[in-house]
Amino acid sequence: MSIIVALGCGLLFGLGLALSGMVDPARVLGFLDLAGAWDPTLIFVLGGAVSVSFLGYRLSRLMTRPVCTEHFDLPTRTVIDRRLIGGAALFGVGWGLVGLCPGPAIVSLGLAQGDGAVFVVAMMAGMLVESLY
Amino acid sequence: MPALCPALYLLAVACCREHRQEEKRMNWAHDIQAACGGMLIGLSAALFLLLDGRVAGISGILGGLLRRWNRATAGNVAFIAGLLLAGPFYRVFTGRWPAVHIAASLPVLVLAGLLVGFGTRLGSGCTSGHGVCGLARLSSRSAVAVATFMITAFITVFVTRHLIGGGS
Repeated sequence: MSIIVALGCGLLFGLGLALSGMVDPARVLGFLDLAGAWDPTLIFVLGGAVSVSFLGYRLSRLMTRPVCTEHFDLPTRTVIDRRLIGGAALFGVGWGLVGLCPGPAIVSLGLAQGDGAVFVVAMMAGMLVESLY
Repeated sequence: MPALCPALYLLAVACCREHRQEEKRMNWAHDIQAACGGMLIGLSAALFLLLDGRVAGISGILGGLLRRWNRATAGNVAFIAGLLLAGPFYRVFTGRWPAVHIAASLPVLVLAGLLVGFGTRLGSGCTSGHGVCGLARLSSRSAVAVATFMITAFITVFVTRHLIGGGS
């Protein structure tokens, strides 16, 4: 059951990325380019996404357990440390260089995008390096 | 309150209907489509939490595949498979593939991929985990992470496009 839920959620997530245009790095870079012909699309995407998932999180507070599993498994850390800020800063630089973040990169793989595949392989390598670091 | 965003937005759209320039209207239609796409993403995150009890953070799901496999692994693989199927499904529904314009050169692609992979694991999240799910949970860690990666991304694009020039 859990597998079907994950498959469906992944599909829905990817369709949302495709519909919103966020699969296209050119659009993302248009948003990140404040000094150029700025494209505000990402604000609408994030606004739509956060408002709906906010309702979901509110609803989850009323439940004792998720529908398909035993318990909620949410991040519990609250400390704002150098790892968090340093990691986010490095991610932002990579994101700004190409305009791809993990979700859209994987969706682009499903489009048989050669450049997307190069990016995903490098991204997995980066993750592997971090796990050794 | 974030939940008010769509309502405020629709109100703004209604108000601006009066300015019926062809170009403007196309932009609005575009923004509404973007907001709808965003809501699908939010719906996916909400369903993943309510049904499976987990945060829909793509870098975390992907990173989970590189660690020792456990109970969550099958779900992680399925989520990634869903993402991979999204492009073909989009094609079936709309009759066209989603546009993907990647302008970066090979070395830049590799460097950016390494930075994104390393950075998202070190910082425990990306645009989905911190951006969509973290902000929705009103997590202060996520708010700091989002502000940080937005700022460094803005700076990076400014440097590559306007200082160095000729960048993507």
